Amino acid sequence: MQYNPFSLEDKTILVTGASSGIGQSTAVECSKMGAKVIITARNPDRLQETFEMLHGIGHQQIVADLSNEVDIVNLVDRLPKLDGCVNNVGIVMTKPLPFYKREDVDRMFNTNTFSIVFIVQQLVKKKVLNRNSSIVITTSAGGVFGNTPGNGIYDMTKSALHSFMQTAALELAHKGIRCNSVNPAMVNTRMAEPSGSISEEQIQLDKKRYPLCRYGEPKDIALAIIYLLSDASSWVTGTALKIDGGRNLVR
Amino acid sequence: MEIKEFISNFAEQFDDLDASILSPETEFKALDDWNSLVALSVIAMIDEEYDVTLKGNDITGSNTIQDLYNTVCERM
Ligand SMILES: NC(=O)c1ccc[n+]([C@@H]2O[C@H](COP(=O)([O-])OP(=O)(O)OC[C@H]3O[C@@H](n4cnc5c(N)ncnc54)[C@H](OP(=O)(O)O)[C@@H]3O)[C@@H](O)[C@H]2O)c1
Repeated sequence: MQYNPFSLEDKTILVTGASSGIGQSTAVECSKMGAKVIITARNPDRLQETFEMLHGIGHQQIVADLSNEVDIVNLVDRLPKLDGCVNNVGIVMTKPLPFYKREDVDRMFNTNTFSIVFIVQQLVKKKVLNRNSSIVITTSAGGVFGNTPGNGIYDMTKSALHSFMQTAALELAHKGIRCNSVNPAMVNTRMAEPSGSISEEQIQLDKKRYPLCRYGEPKDIALAIIYLLSDASSWVTGTALKIDGGRNLVR
Repeated sequence: MEIKEFISNFAEQFDDLDASILSPETEFKALDDWNSLVALSVIAMIDEEYDVTLKGNDITGSNTIQDLYNTVCERM
């Protein structure tokens, strides 16, 4: 017999932002741990790519734009009963304060924060989550354990999620539902590519500030999410799990 | 667009930098007050004023203000 306290056998798990990066890796790792996975994102081709990477059978994919409330309601209406939900959707924007525009802030909060608040709201209202299920939110080390100049809007969206995570943990505990977050520093995904306003040179310099000498890989985060989804973390709720290669120990 | 106007917009991204010390030949990354937040501000200013989206690598690839100005003109 195989002893595995992190098994996700017989669990059904929703993963948002699953077409790429951390969400893709999480969906794949969940399927390897025995879960039935429902994946969602906007881009059908990339979502299909993730779908083909899943192990085992019985998985499902649903295209949805979670910055939009109608899509959230339709998504939740199509879901079977869940034992876990990984809220991983998110985008980044780098802009110093004097250049903020109302529409930037609205778009960032709609995609990063309100999407997740209202998915959880719908899941609870419609009683989609089984007793003993686990909600995981991908927030960020930025906005929770430290802020970065130029990242203010992003950091605000994540710090609001941090607060929401704790409220959900408190309000859902009596239903046996846990809620926790993973808080990564820089992870090698599309989001961290030097295509944006951060240059390759700056990225190389930044990596030197990590005691473990590298950025994270999507799987580093996915395996922490597995822990929070599994019964191994049965007594853990309201926790923000920092996963940062030691970055926030350094000033 | 005139390079003079570009230089004055560029200077505004620093806390207090006298625009008159800047010229097209200035190697801007060697300026005392240059840092990563100023770099982001320059990118945001160029986006707002000239509707050109530069990348971080465009900044790394430019030495003088003239280089940066040329990149912006090419993409306008
Ligand atoms: N990479 C890092 O350094 C880092 C650090 C800390 C936290 N995080 C967080 O980790 C999470 C995953 O990011 P990642 O690094 O894996 O980036 P990524 O590769 O860009 O993945 C983001 C995912 O979100 C989906 N998405 C974006 N907007 C959406 C929308 N409106 N509706 C539905 N899906 C949407 C994307 O799919 P489509 O484009 O197909 O919709 C994609 O699957 C994010 O919440 C991010 O803030 C990342």
